[in-house]
Amino acid sequence: MTTPVLRIEELHKYFGKNEVLKGINLTVKMGEVVAVIGPSGSGKSTLLRCLNFLETPTAGKIYFKDELLGGPEKELNRQRSHIGMVFQRFNLFPHKTALGNVIEAPLKVKGMAKAEAVALGEKLLHRVGLSDKMHEYPGRLSGGQQQRVAIARALAMEPAVMLFDEATSALDPELVGEVLAVMHTLASEGMTMVVVTHEMGFAKEVASRVVFMDGGVVVEEGKPADVLGNPQHPRTREFLRKVL
Amino acid sequence: MGDDVSLTFWQFSQEIVIPRLLEGLGLTVQLTLLSGVCGIVLGMIIAVARISRNPVLRYPAALYVTVVRGTPLLLQVLFVYFALPPLIDIRLDAFPAGVLALSLNAAAYFTEIFRAAIQSIDKGQMEAARALGMGYAVAMRRIVIPQTYRRLIPPIVNELSALAKDTSLVSSLALAEVLYITQRVSAKYLRPWEVYIWAAACYLVIVLMFSAIARYCETHLARRES
Repeated sequence: MTTPVLRIEELHKYFGKNEVLKGINLTVKMGEVVAVIGPSGSGKSTLLRCLNFLETPTAGKIYFKDELLGGPEKELNRQRSHIGMVFQRFNLFPHKTALGNVIEAPLKVKGMAKAEAVALGEKLLHRVGLSDKMHEYPGRLSGGQQQRVAIARALAMEPAVMLFDEATSALDPELVGEVLAVMHTLASEGMTMVVVTHEMGFAKEVASRVVFMDGGVVVEEGKPADVLGNPQHPRTREFLRKVL
Repeated sequence: MGDDVSLTFWQFSQEIVIPRLLEGLGLTVQLTLLSGVCGIVLGMIIAVARISRNPVLRYPAALYVTVVRGTPLLLQVLFVYFALPPLIDIRLDAFPAGVLALSLNAAAYFTEIFRAAIQSIDKGQMEAARALGMGYAVAMRRIVIPQTYRRLIPPIVNELSALAKDTSLVSSLALAEVLYITQRVSAKYLRPWEVYIWAAACYLVIVLMFSAIARYCETHLARRES
């Protein structure tokens, strides 16, 4: 039995007086793909953003492998470098080329040599199918291409887990497929992933576990076939009826 | 002096006004550039303090900006020249005092320019950098600040133009810049409007030059980005 990559214990998050997360318990094992679904405002993005402390939890504990997440700035930076994140709005660095985006963190966080970083960046951009766009600025790439660069950028730190925050929600419908395909490949290569998504098809095919959240709590979790195919809780049923 | 009265506008301008004003213009340009550079550097430092999460840095920076922007520049110039030296027991000549006062004043305005530019960058940029493991300072230096350069040009040029005109206030320290010479020449020859009109031209030349430089920088940067 290996230690889980992430272990979340009684996680609470308030924004002002508004309790957005009301005691979340969740474990993500190595190689697992956990899809987090639920209506907007259910707290799923906040949960994800707590997992690398972009939001500081109000209470509760998050363990990354054996370590308690958080603590002094330096520790947190080191921990974050092992947790990759892909954002809904890509957040690529517009003043750097695709390759520049990918090698920035290896250069500045890991202190990798330029030549080595460039080789790594080229390899990763090739992997997401963007060998020919290496020297383009983000402004000249489509949404789907930008998101694939963002995935390569996160992979460049060789993270132990990848967090996807509605990674396809800002994309034109015809571009969703290319990003999902990259995520699918990653999952099949054994990457541990936590995926906040509205793509039920992806959850069904790729996830090893589906977590349904509503109102700041985990309402139901289990195998995709069970949660999506035979939901037990009325709130899950109602949500699925609306989205499927 | 009797001869001067009979000079035509052009003769008076060419022989007396323009040569004197050019000397003043040299000093005005020096004052503008020196206090512009000092103001920008100081402004950058204070802006970083102003947006810091550390209250020990943030509050003094905010107080500085408020006080400087809330008091007249002329008062600040006189304060630096007359009130500061006995307070900290140094002697300040008029030129360094003028540069110091203008720099300290411009720094407050530049602080707000830098702060606004940094805060106008999408929050997602800082988040993406932090999520990759970059520290705050590295993320600022490598990711956020470089994105402000282009949008900084118009407000910086604006402020430099204002500064060029504000240098006229150090004439109160008897520094021979454009306005001081204007007043002296016009009083001596009693032909004020001919002198004042050339003084106006001096300031216009500086401001128009800044605008031209700004336009060049903007098109240059725009070309590189597209």
